[in-house]
Amino acid sequence: MSRSADTLLLANVSRRGLLKGLAGGSALLLAARWDLGLANEQAQFGAGAMPGGWVDNPNVFIHIDSDGLVTIVNNRAEMGQGIRTSLVMVAADELGADWDQVRAEQANADQDRYGNQNTDGSRSMRHWYQPMRRAAAAARLMLEQAAANRWDVPVHEVRAGIHKVVHSASGRELGFGELAESARELDVPGRDALVLKSDSELRFIGKESGLINGELKSAYPKAIDGEDIVTGRAVFGADVDLEDTLYAVVARPPVYGAKVKSVDDSEALNVTGVRKVIPIEGTGQPAAFNPLGGVAVVASNTWAAMEGRRALKIEWDRAAAGDNADYTSDAYRESLEKAAQSPGKVIRQSGDAEAALEAADRRVSATYYMPHMAQAPMEPPVAVVRIRDGKAEAWAPVQNPRATREGIAGLLEMDLEDVTVHQTLLGGGFGRKSKPDFVMEAARVAREFEGQPIKLQWSREDDIQHAYFHAVSVDHLEAGLDADGKATSWRHRTLSPSIASLFAPDPRHKGEFELGMGFNTMPFSIPAIRLENPPAPAHVRIGWFRSVYNLPHAWAIQSFAHEMAVAAGKDHRDFVLDLLGPDREVHNLTVGDGWNYGEDPELYPIDVARMRRVIERATEEAGWGRETGKGRGLGLAFHHSFVSYTAIVFDVEVSEAGELTIHRADIAFDCGPQANPERIRSQMEGSCVMGIGIALQSEVTFEDGVAQQDNFDSYLIPRMPNAPRVVRVHLIDNPNDAMGGVGEPGLPPVAPALCNAIFAATGKRIRRLPVGDQLAS
Amino acid sequence: MVTLTINGSEHELDVPDNMPLLWALRDVAGLKGTKFGCGIAECGACTVHLDGEATRSCVTPVSAVQGRQVTTIEAMADDAVGQRVQQAWLDLGVAQCGYCQGGQIMNATALLKRTPRPDTREIVDAMAGNLCRCGTYNRILAAIERAAGKEVSS
Repeated sequence: MSRSADTLLLANVSRRGLLKGLAGGSALLLAARWDLGLANEQAQFGAGAMPGGWVDNPNVFIHIDSDGLVTIVNNRAEMGQGIRTSLVMVAADELGADWDQVRAEQANADQDRYGNQNTDGSRSMRHWYQPMRRAAAAARLMLEQAAANRWDVPVHEVRAGIHKVVHSASGRELGFGELAESARELDVPGRDALVLKSDSELRFIGKESGLINGELKSAYPKAIDGEDIVTGRAVFGADVDLEDTLYAVVARPPVYGAKVKSVDDSEALNVTGVRKVIPIEGTGQPAAFNPLGGVAVVASNTWAAMEGRRALKIEWDRAAAGDNADYTSDAYRESLEKAAQSPGKVIRQSGDAEAALEAADRRVSATYYMPHMAQAPMEPPVAVVRIRDGKAEAWAPVQNPRATREGIAGLLEMDLEDVTVHQTLLGGGFGRKSKPDFVMEAARVAREFEGQPIKLQWSREDDIQHAYFHAVSVDHLEAGLDADGKATSWRHRTLSPSIASLFAPDPRHKGEFELGMGFNTMPFSIPAIRLENPPAPAHVRIGWFRSVYNLPHAWAIQSFAHEMAVAAGKDHRDFVLDLLGPDREVHNLTVGDGWNYGEDPELYPIDVARMRRVIERATEEAGWGRETGKGRGLGLAFHHSFVSYTAIVFDVEVSEAGELTIHRADIAFDCGPQANPERIRSQMEGSCVMGIGIALQSEVTFEDGVAQQDNFDSYLIPRMPNAPRVVRVHLIDNPNDAMGGVGEPGLPPVAPALCNAIFAATGKRIRRLPVGDQLAS
Repeated sequence: MVTLTINGSEHELDVPDNMPLLWALRDVAGLKGTKFGCGIAECGACTVHLDGEATRSCVTPVSAVQGRQVTTIEAMADDAVGQRVQQAWLDLGVAQCGYCQGGQIMNATALLKRTPRPDTREIVDAMAGNLCRCGTYNRILAAIERAAGKEVSS
């Protein structure tokens, strides 16, 4: 993903200036047309730069039956963000389809046909909004042309309405179904011929519906999977039902990198229903998406397989794990805290931060810790694989179908064409299901059972003990204030193992894509800034967790900015607005970020005005500055991530006994143009709850390389009583900027806002997550 | 061989007595609406009704349910209260990924049968055992209130 500054600068034609120079209302349309000039292979940014790029051929995505049923293909993974509804709705709106006559079809893994399918990085809508609108507009034009041909009139005299094409002059009309067959025969119109609908012609895109801040304003157009979900018919990974299925579970090494020394399977094979015990080769470190190794038990049902696994006697070779076998997270935290006291690799600097710190009237210093966490989607990893006649077929809940397909092909030494991956619904993903290791395991087991489907199920214990863990982090910050309490200097050292250690020898330093998640993109206007990244070795299998390194960076920076405000004796909001400085666009390259979530920094700079706007909105809605009374307080945090802007204010109360009540959350969010505001709200609400868990409860610790938590009785995640009863989401109406991400940017500011509120209520500063029992008096 | 009454029909299942009802339903009876989430009665994804009571099928051996009425999410559309709960779920767009929602609906339906007009505290207490990693709790709460015939609170 890394690009040199030179290449990046070459691409700096001022597209954004072009966008801004035109009337705001047409920005969406123009933005929709921007990609037209860029062939996929030439694109350096955005959808076109992703593997497989974008596709906007209507014949790939839209099919209309002669009875009028419109089938729209969704090529992205549905994991709760609502993309199957939202993206299909975008196409249906542009096409003019009657929503009651629309169904979604899930694409198999086929990047050549469907373009990029890697559902990750909060990219689905921002990368596919334009291609899907173009595909639908092309289909609409083909229907209009078919009608014009039928009536023998010029195409400009006919117009598509809702599910029909009308010739006003003669009063004739034909339904989409009646036109479908002849429309299919037509050539796909060139992109130049497409005119996207104006905002006033749209029925769904950008329109508020459903439950808005506790009130049901209007009916929500029915969710694609809504009825299947509430009736139990929705098909998730484990719900795939094939004849003659065998069920498998795997006993994996307790320590990352350990191997099987010996296995006694005699008792396991005596368990009723157990058919076979198979050793699974591990691929060592780095593991990437490969199996961790261990021993698989195959049985006639899941329970028998689990009972068989319980009866295995395995001796593990821990020495094979090297240093990992000694990994203890408490000791590791201490080692990082110590390392944070010394300078590290310089990532960004302006001015002389050391001299400014020396000269400061007052210095503020703090160290923050965020622990390992497991994504723990409610559906544990599971996959079905069948190998037959030299071909493999998989059914799996995966965020990255392409990597799944390539992985299976590699493992089984098959051509990519001989591997089919069917995408099921995901019972939550959060980054865990970006890694298809569990499908590789199923493929490995299926190799032993020609023609027979293998359903490989992870237990919750498997999921929490063998997650791709969110890496621990230590962030050490120091700032100088002048006599007026104004910041003169800022030094931030960030320490975490790099996710690159999953794929290559451990680099011991964060990569560009990790630093670019809120560390070097920190937008404060301070005369002297020094950002450093001391080394931190990796010991466990780490990987993406929803919003990734934005979590520790936002947690530390937003907590520290509050500590600075307190030290300066200033109101937190006033202080951070001053820290942000004047409204301006910070070009990512000027702060050393050549990544920018893969987006063009001209289109997506760090926009301080947008940051300020969400802070102002959240604080106003929360009644910032009001008298809260003893034991109660408001806390603020904000963050820019996945090219969107979020601010959140919590209103909390802490009793004398240390019991926390979260009265309310006010979330202001700016993602630029909103495709489906209803699902944006639900993502913000969900992020708020997940973030509360990150702040208060969730932690995986390690002793001698072994995860100490293994299920929801020890790895805690929020329950209904933990959620604030009042969550208000305030969407910023901003059609003029480029579209941003939604699934992840709500999460990073939650934990620091909550901890800042706890400080406001109690005077107790939290610097180590989770809060756990730190409030108990 | 055990005989279970599931959604009003008798099923003869060739399973050991100690097999949890969850796996008998999913792998043997072919009813996949009841989900596996934790296996230790901590998450509620596997919630079914046993003689009308919300029960965690992942820790309930089939031997304990012989002769009793097992009701699963697949039968909720035929239940007057279940249907109201499902409709409220759809009206308020509760589900995100949806994996836990069958269990949530089973628990909510059992609650409303027991307590037709629960107050907020009663709902929160009753639903505390059902995890949702997507964080849809406030919509679940609002949907239960709606199904109970209350105004959606704001």
